[in-house]
Amino acid sequence: MQYPPEILASLKKVEATRSARIGQSFRRLTPDERQDVLRRFHPDFIQTAFQELRVGPNKGGKTLHELAAVLEARPRLSASDVDLSNPAAECDVLVVGGGGAGASAALLAQEAGARVILITKLRFGDANTMMAQGGIQAADKANDSPARHYLDVLGGGGFANDPDLVEALVMDAPGVIAWLEQLGCMFDKDPDGTMRTIHGGGTSRKRMHAARDYSGAEIMRTLRDEVRARPDISVIEFSPALELVLDESGRAAGVVARNMETEACSYIRARAVVLATGGSGRLHYQGFPTTNHYGATGDGLVLAYRAGVPLTFIDTMQYHPTGAAYPEQLLGQLVTEKVRGLGAQVCNAEGEQFVFPLETRDVESAAFIRECKERNLGVVTPSGQPCVWLDSPLIDVLHGPGTIARGLPAMVRQYKRFDIDMTKEPILVYPTLHYQNGGVVIKPDASTAVPGLYAAGEVSGGVHGRNRLMGNSLLDIIVFGRRAGRAAGDYFKTVTLGQPTLAHLEAWNKTLDDAGVDGHLSPTLLPDYTRHI
Amino acid sequence: MAETENLISVYIMGKRYEVPASLTIMKAMEYAGYTLVRGVGCRGGFCGACATVYRIRDDARLHFGLACQTMVQPDMYLGQIPFFPTQRAAYDLSQLSTAPATMWKLYPEILRCLGCGTCTKSCPQDIDVKGYMAQLMRGDIAGAADRSFDCIMCGLCAARCPAEESQYNYAILARRLYGRYLAPRSQHLADRLAEIDHGDFKDAIQQLRAADKESLKKQYAERDIEPE
Repeated sequence: MQYPPEILASLKKVEATRSARIGQSFRRLTPDERQDVLRRFHPDFIQTAFQELRVGPNKGGKTLHELAAVLEARPRLSASDVDLSNPAAECDVLVVGGGGAGASAALLAQEAGARVILITKLRFGDANTMMAQGGIQAADKANDSPARHYLDVLGGGGFANDPDLVEALVMDAPGVIAWLEQLGCMFDKDPDGTMRTIHGGGTSRKRMHAARDYSGAEIMRTLRDEVRARPDISVIEFSPALELVLDESGRAAGVVARNMETEACSYIRARAVVLATGGSGRLHYQGFPTTNHYGATGDGLVLAYRAGVPLTFIDTMQYHPTGAAYPEQLLGQLVTEKVRGLGAQVCNAEGEQFVFPLETRDVESAAFIRECKERNLGVVTPSGQPCVWLDSPLIDVLHGPGTIARGLPAMVRQYKRFDIDMTKEPILVYPTLHYQNGGVVIKPDASTAVPGLYAAGEVSGGVHGRNRLMGNSLLDIIVFGRRAGRAAGDYFKTVTLGQPTLAHLEAWNKTLDDAGVDGHLSPTLLPDYTRHI
Repeated sequence: MAETENLISVYIMGKRYEVPASLTIMKAMEYAGYTLVRGVGCRGGFCGACATVYRIRDDARLHFGLACQTMVQPDMYLGQIPFFPTQRAAYDLSQLSTAPATMWKLYPEILRCLGCGTCTKSCPQDIDVKGYMAQLMRGDIAGAADRSFDCIMCGLCAARCPAEESQYNYAILARRLYGRYLAPRSQHLADRLAEIDHGDFKDAIQQLRAADKESLKKQYAERDIEPE
């Protein structure tokens, strides 16, 4: 599949300006200019996309319609569907979610002496972790420091981040890299052992560690293999949590899980529960395509909210500036920020740069949208998708032939499947729904408002403020996954559970009745992509 | 999806459906009405959930691909491999060595490889599976780690192997052995961990935490940025 003629004309302009652009980086925006482009073009500022929540811990707060719909919905489960006096399985720590945060939590809880069960909606490892390409941040070079990292995280997040969580994130980071290496992760290194690190959007030092462009996959498959190697951890796949179970004094007491194939519901009893259910890109906020994996439907937010746990920053989502815009088959899929980190510039239809390539993701996305919608200088694909150029061949021009093939094998392979050679031809990109900036309110030990309930990774919120930086999500899931596992592994030893109940669901239904809210059913579990005739 | 689009016939597990020619196998199955639970994961070519085998009418060859990354073709006969059983040895990485025999002891069947190359032919990631199997037979753990690096563990190699190998499980062990024992150590990382243990950054973080928002904004705007 080659580029159609109307696009080829614009591509020629990008090629024509390439040599003149070498070393000519577009200037960074000033703080005022950043605010201006965000306010006018970022999807978070489209007021009609948001509504006030009518019930629950965040009542009166603002969130997107799509998230409000699932938060204000009725439970799928009723108390008569399951016999809580007869658990199908019991453990000390139950981890809900089979991504990077869940796997890390399971490992640390087991090390603390817990018998662990990890349940997951699809297969173990079907998670956004697996798809993260670019890398993981850690301030481990001599010219860098955790304090610099701290300031970068705050600036990227609009200075709204929870400082306790940010401190935990940046101080744990070098230890996380060492831990992952000890488990066998292969990070990119020079022969003398120096980590090959690059910039990400909004970083002041090159602290992005990568494993080619399979960084998340490398971390996920390594953690998964380690979990499978430990006899005290059982993994149950195709069994998402349908609801939390609390004991009569309001402590976490396990979950009701549903078998995705037989639809049988069963109670898994546990003295502590770690929610590591990930994000919600498959709710397709504002109709955006998403980079997220199939199961990213925000179920953990729903379960926690019903149990009385407040959420934070649920009025902000991250739109990754470089989602694939062409070919149609790749629409919305991630083009890693590492492409820009390695030197690819962003160009409009005329082959001109219009934004510094490594602004923070919110600003970069807003600038792409402005270029297309206000200045009318975007490219338009045959299906009508506006987009801009990402001049990938520049990477090999700057760093030598073969750099792209070595550093971005996944991306090259992805495009080659559709007969586009990104080492020779630039690619077309447009913002895509990427990340849930907010989520469940946690403390630095990943504990929540419900005793015995912990949350880690994308399901939690606060550490990234209003915008996450590249490479801080892989870091977040490991830092807080480990903290959640360790804390839950200590906590369970102190607990003697009372009677398990689903009373909070009855209370929730009554709250909805009283408020006159007649919602759909949630959690969503899977998006519906079947054709409806 | 425009209804006027060119429709083609594909056969999903033997049953015929008319689907738009522009779709991937995965989207075509959904277009046909399947709600996918097995054989679907990241939808972006990274997770290996959607290994698919297919034939095209009047073509004797068997083809392989990922359902999320492969376009439908006219008269395609599709079957997904939702799960395929493989051997995974029990081990504790911290107790292993990188002696060549480590792999052979845990997985003696490695030495049964026939070198036929069916694995390489079936790999949707274009990995030289036969090549890394040969490296493992020679005890070249570093070589196998590098060559197998892009593996997404979809299982097609194991599903097709006449010698009943579980190649991708050997490969992840090779990569983990390399990452833990063979990769060069990072002195700067060890130095940084010692500094953190020593409490070196506590003051700097405390100063930032004590600063008000305006001061933080100023420090952020004025921070020096490492050149490209």
